[in-house]
Amino acid sequence: MSAHVSPRSTYFAIFAALMVLTAITIGVAFVNLGPFNFPVALSIAITKATLVILFFMHVKYSSRLTKLILGTGFFFLTVLFVLTLSDYLSRGWMTAPPAAVQTAPEAGR
Amino acid sequence: MSNHVAHVHHPALQHQFETLEQQQESATLGMWLFLVTEIMFFGGLFMAYLLYRIWYPQAWAEGSLELDIVLGGVNTAVLIGSSLTMALAVRAAQTGAPRATVAWLLITIALGLTFLVIKGFEYAHKFEMHHVPGPGFQFEGPHARQVEIFLSLYFAMTGLHALHMVIGVGLLSVIAWMAHKRRFSPEWYAPVEMSGLYWHFVDIVWIFLFPLLYLVDRAHHFA
Amino acid sequence: MITTTSLLPREHYLNIRYGILSWLLTKDHKRIALLYLISITAFFFLGGLFAVLIRLELATPAGDMLSADTYNRMFTMHGVVMVFFFLIPSIPATLGNFLLPMMIGAKDLAFPKLNLLSWYIFILGGVITLWAVVVGGVDTGWTFYTPYSTAASNTNVVATGVGVFITGFSSILTGLNFIVTIHRMRAPGLTWFRLPLFVWAHYATSLIQILGTPVIAITVLLVALERAFHIGIFDPALGGDPVLFQHLFWFYSHPAVYIMILPSMGVVSEVVACFSRKNVFGYSFVAFSSLAIAVFGFLVWAHHMFVAGMSVYAAMIFSFLSFSVAIPSAVKVFNWTATLYRGAIWLQAPLLFVFGFIGLFTIGGLTGLFLAAAGLDVHVHDTYFVVAHFHYIMVGGAIMGYMAGLHFWWPKMFGRMYPEGWAKFAALVVFVGFNLTFFPQFILGYLGMPRRYYAYPEEFQVLNVMSSAGATILGVGYLIPMVYFLWSLRYGRVAGPNPWSATGLEWTTQSPPLTENFTTTPTVTEGAYEYSKREMKVV
Repeated sequence: MSAHVSPRSTYFAIFAALMVLTAITIGVAFVNLGPFNFPVALSIAITKATLVILFFMHVKYSSRLTKLILGTGFFFLTVLFVLTLSDYLSRGWMTAPPAAVQTAPEAGR
Repeated sequence: MSNHVAHVHHPALQHQFETLEQQQESATLGMWLFLVTEIMFFGGLFMAYLLYRIWYPQAWAEGSLELDIVLGGVNTAVLIGSSLTMALAVRAAQTGAPRATVAWLLITIALGLTFLVIKGFEYAHKFEMHHVPGPGFQFEGPHARQVEIFLSLYFAMTGLHALHMVIGVGLLSVIAWMAHKRRFSPEWYAPVEMSGLYWHFVDIVWIFLFPLLYLVDRAHHFA
Repeated sequence: MITTTSLLPREHYLNIRYGILSWLLTKDHKRIALLYLISITAFFFLGGLFAVLIRLELATPAGDMLSADTYNRMFTMHGVVMVFFFLIPSIPATLGNFLLPMMIGAKDLAFPKLNLLSWYIFILGGVITLWAVVVGGVDTGWTFYTPYSTAASNTNVVATGVGVFITGFSSILTGLNFIVTIHRMRAPGLTWFRLPLFVWAHYATSLIQILGTPVIAITVLLVALERAFHIGIFDPALGGDPVLFQHLFWFYSHPAVYIMILPSMGVVSEVVACFSRKNVFGYSFVAFSSLAIAVFGFLVWAHHMFVAGMSVYAAMIFSFLSFSVAIPSAVKVFNWTATLYRGAIWLQAPLLFVFGFIGLFTIGGLTGLFLAAAGLDVHVHDTYFVVAHFHYIMVGGAIMGYMAGLHFWWPKMFGRMYPEGWAKFAALVVFVGFNLTFFPQFILGYLGMPRRYYAYPEEFQVLNVMSSAGATILGVGYLIPMVYFLWSLRYGRVAGPNPWSATGLEWTTQSPPLTENFTTTPTVTEGAYEYSKREMKVV
């Protein structure tokens, strides 16, 4: 099998990078960045995950099909998040006009 | 594919495949597809998390502060370390080094068990504090009801993750035994590679769980 | 007349080994297909039994046969059993399992042991759900909406949820197996665009199974956790959102309907080509439409939630997307029609069922557009209009396709022909019975009769009686093939390798096939439907 064999040094380097990123994410968490704390933490997590995927899981050296499968998975995860949130985040946008209908006293069942 | 070595009657070759290479590629492809299902499986929980974090930022902050950042940080380091050792184990199998394969796998298992023990301590502490959602839940504060949701998600997400770790430890034990029995070679190491993919996936889930659960409001936006 | 030979082949996958263990421990995809065939048929009749009770109750306006509580359980169990234990597995687990390796020239699927495990998982989930039925069933509707399912219902929600959860893995593993098989095990020369459209359809189906099923798995798990351990994610008392359940539930359950229809569409492509002796018109359009249905199917789920309190803006988006998902389905219908046009039509039972499919699926699909229009949906949501719509697709569409496929490939699977006259008769009975059952329901829904009600105003009785009468005829229509299929196993005319003179690698083997399908791996040099080069051996 002609699969790519990564040198050990690559793995150790990625490990070091992951540990550094972990330290950063913990450190940054104690700094008040206002609304940016969440996106920053998420970005660091995504970077770490990307490193694991590309190097530990060999995706960098894998076939296009593997990359396509992974991409498809993340795409539909994104669809789940985005379309669901499209409901929740837009709920307050349209408000009903003030009530113009008067109910007659004897109306209704 | 003109340069494949004919592996007639290789003991690992299954009858439905023409070559070991085809079998190895199929196995890896199958594991990737399985990981996609796992992405969607955890995805549902992340969706719930996302919604309620947006709705209840204060409860999320309060709940997050109840988690032990030291233990969580240590566990993160442990798990990332176990991903390193797992990658080294796969590499050892790739390069035909069975003793190293077994050794790295055993270290990975040990690190995985360490993670689970630490998690166990965290859970035990939660039980003591009556922070387990359900009839016995107790929490001081105006957002107690929503903190209960946060902790529900905490237990659901970390619990599901821990379950996957337990399965992973079991899986790696089987693979370590097989490696010990010299069942793998540079031509056939798919089970090791597949286990590696699974293990790294479990690590990635934790890479997201740690900041999302433990680091919500360490800077005290809400006083 | 169809040419047949007088003798079955000496050795084939059915007689290679005998004994119950040779079936329960088989790795042969064909035997596993038959294990599924038996299991899902049993579930079909169980689901049908619930339907019978429903239609009996609805023959009279008053709720006089069943209690309201029992009625709730009836429609719930009908839905749960039919959706999860019949429709979702049906074609993929039976025809797909049997034919996919053969159609691509392989000896088996990529993971035969996983295939057997899929069946055992299916059975386990089925047994647990059956147990839940026996000890009283569930009354939440097959949709398990919270907070009723988590907090208020006093029925066996957890057991049923666990059964569905487990069975979901059967679906996932089958999909996984199919995708790897199609990618990695095609015979030499079998490029993607030479694949039979049945294979494309199953590929698209498998994508949905992989991507969607896990989400309902976690959702059902959360419902069970909430009920059992009061882990409250959907609990409004805690500030949880019951509508979140609906989002997560429908994220799978809408694409699930495409799991149910795509394989049937695959059958239709095969049958249309064979019985008009023509290449499928616009082959690549049909192939891409299968993929498009799978992808777009994931973008439309909230059209089930227009009246649930969702945002109007999101409703508009989902409404628009729901209109667009109809396009690839329409493309297929046009292409099948164009295939039939000026073809040499050979009117056999499979084609009759396919005609039924095309007409009824079109009606069902068009009424789906009615429902996709959010403004209109507000009026017909939760009425019999919806019930009629989805039964047109599921029964008029999916099951017709399944029947067509069973008839088409029966001779391949068992080496024997079914009796053609009876099959044509059954197709007619099913068609008449189906329309009599479900067309009145469009009218009932439009007039305002709600679904899931066991009593209704007097003025709806005539239509309800028509529907119940139709259901009886439909039931008979399904029983007839049961009888003659079983009869044919012993007394049917021996079919020979290719009684339809059809293209496709599966027809190059003996009937029934050998366990390993092919003695030598075939090489493919032409497209899937080269009927113009094919001489039909008709006596």
